[in-house]
Amino acid sequence: MTTKMGIEVSVAIGEAVKLANADVVAAYPITPQTHIVEHLAELVADGELEAVYMPVESEHSAMSACLGTAAVGARTFTATAGQGLELMHEVLYVASSMRLPIVMAVANRALSSPISIWGDHSDAMAVRDTGWIQIFGENGQEVIDNVLCAFRIAEDRRVLLPVMVHLDAFHLTHMVEPITFPEKSKVDQFIPPNEYPLPLDPNKPVTMGGFGPPPIYSEVKWAQEVNLRAAKEVILQVWQEFGDTFGRYYSPVEGYRSEGSRVLLLTMGSFSETAMAAIDKMKSEGKDVGLIKLRLWRPFPFDEIRQAVKDAEVLIVLDRAISFGGPGGPVCSEIKSALYQQERKPKVIGFVGGLGGRDISVAGFEEIVSRGIEISETGSSQEFEIFGVRE
Amino acid sequence: MEKYTVYTPKSIAKLMTEEEQLAPGHRACIGCGEALAVRLACKALGNNVIIVNATGCMEVVSSQLPYTSWRVPWIHTLFENTAAVASGIEAGLKIMTKKGRRLPQDVTVVAMAGDGGTSDIGLQALSGALERGHNFLYICLDNEAYMNTGIQRSSATPYGASTTTSPAGKVSIGQVTWKKNMPAIAAAHDIPYVATACPSYPFDLMTKVSKAAAIKGPAYLHILSVCPTGWRCPTELTIRIGRLATQTGVFPLYEVEHGKYKLNVDPPKLKPVTEYLKLQGRFRHLSEDAINEIQQRVNEEYAKLKEQVSLKLS
Repeated sequence: MTTKMGIEVSVAIGEAVKLANADVVAAYPITPQTHIVEHLAELVADGELEAVYMPVESEHSAMSACLGTAAVGARTFTATAGQGLELMHEVLYVASSMRLPIVMAVANRALSSPISIWGDHSDAMAVRDTGWIQIFGENGQEVIDNVLCAFRIAEDRRVLLPVMVHLDAFHLTHMVEPITFPEKSKVDQFIPPNEYPLPLDPNKPVTMGGFGPPPIYSEVKWAQEVNLRAAKEVILQVWQEFGDTFGRYYSPVEGYRSEGSRVLLLTMGSFSETAMAAIDKMKSEGKDVGLIKLRLWRPFPFDEIRQAVKDAEVLIVLDRAISFGGPGGPVCSEIKSALYQQERKPKVIGFVGGLGGRDISVAGFEEIVSRGIEISETGSSQEFEIFGVRE
Repeated sequence: MEKYTVYTPKSIAKLMTEEEQLAPGHRACIGCGEALAVRLACKALGNNVIIVNATGCMEVVSSQLPYTSWRVPWIHTLFENTAAVASGIEAGLKIMTKKGRRLPQDVTVVAMAGDGGTSDIGLQALSGALERGHNFLYICLDNEAYMNTGIQRSSATPYGASTTTSPAGKVSIGQVTWKKNMPAIAAAHDIPYVATACPSYPFDLMTKVSKAAAIKGPAYLHILSVCPTGWRCPTELTIRIGRLATQTGVFPLYEVEHGKYKLNVDPPKLKPVTEYLKLQGRFRHLSEDAINEIQQRVNEEYAKLKEQVSLKLS
């Protein structure tokens, strides 16, 4: 039976992993991911989830253990945040390059120094190019639904890639939200048993992870790129099927009151909820502004983004990370690059804000939008502007 | 090659198989003690095994795409995470079997890494995996430096050895630190089985591999692997130098079974260390004083080991 309850999003992730019948959870505790793994450890300790909980000694070993569990065909989940994701960095490349379907929730956290346990997207952006499928969640329900979809996508034979589901530190991880959990039997149908095609098996020996000399390496990397791009088709199919089964539909890019708007704001993650409230307020005041929410970060949804913004005159992008000494926010930079060759395209104005847990209110989004419109008319001396910083 | 026969005492004859899990034709250097150690270990392990290999000599010489020297399932991912990957494999197989998935039974999970991959960069992952108590065998293939990258010193390089990053010079003896006692570190985790071995004593090595594989829980095997390339010695002396390492007391062969120490080779009188050192170019610069210093240290360490052997466990 479908159940709806008020539950902390982190705890709900644990419940989703249980619904998905994960075999192994290997994790190292880090704020603000802790409630996810604590709940999973409890579920295993109570026998509610038949799985191994591996309390490893670092995030590097957490992801390394996941390589091992996935390589023998076990359904594998882990979660981390901020510094933990950075410590995993080199292992992330191995997971995707060796085509190992691992699902990871990332409680997006700022990076040291100064140490900050609070949220932004610096950790996610630093692992942008690791070859993982990456989905950003706006609210608890989206996160839970996408954790379920992530297992299905990762283990699909046409994909066999690891998936990160991003959720903002505290703004999502520690919120109690109303969450609808799908029926177990329907989840079992939706996520069939993991049949990893070439596991490590003494009856059928394979060599995994041999070393790649120059005549081989480029071919391997190109195959990986082709594979990740092709995964988008499967992601769309899985989201469609999820919607048909459970009634909630997802897409790589979603508009909110954006149709026909002259000015568009683009956000990722939990800030979209506040941004929607700001859009409502501005619309009610007669302002011509809508919202675009970017959900699928890798593979990047080029067509969907182009389509979503082509009729606008101004596109204001808010990043929660800085590419130091570079073009500003990584999201804005990628959107500019996706639009550059287009004939019809809006002016793209970049803002960075919400770093290290700094909130942006409805009034803040209004300010960003009006300043963005101003820059679109008068220009700016900077590549991007940072929002709300005391000089 | 695979049809050779060898005389073996009856008690261990069953260890010896003519099957080669590490196929001939790999790219190891002539006289490589490590390739020999792995070959013998594989014979003792048989085919119901999954091998996890760290980055290092063995990975490089045996896995160059699109070829492989491995006839058993084998995985390499990174340098420092071998024990963690192995622990995942063990845990994954165990839970899936418990949940009723049809999988091969009683697979031995074996992690292999060099001395750098074990005592330096991989120490944390190894300690974690030993502490968690996974049922696996970890083999350290110790050739006493980072040989694959060109003979750089590790914490397992012996005192006085000249390497490319601990070169002997006008004001330096070469390596200025004493070899890290990795078997003792493993034993300090209170795991059921720790042992040292050397392919110069092939049956001792194979017996230990079989024993370690059969034990439930973590087992650690430290294998001295003579490296003619890095030790600057003639390639035909690999076996002799390995034997001298034990006969001089530089590398004693012993076991620690549930905390109980046992010397496997205990010559009535140790040979002087100089017999071991003089065959190797990496020690050729050593003065008499330095050699005496090494002799003194070996005597002390050996006495300590004998003392542990004589301890009666209640």
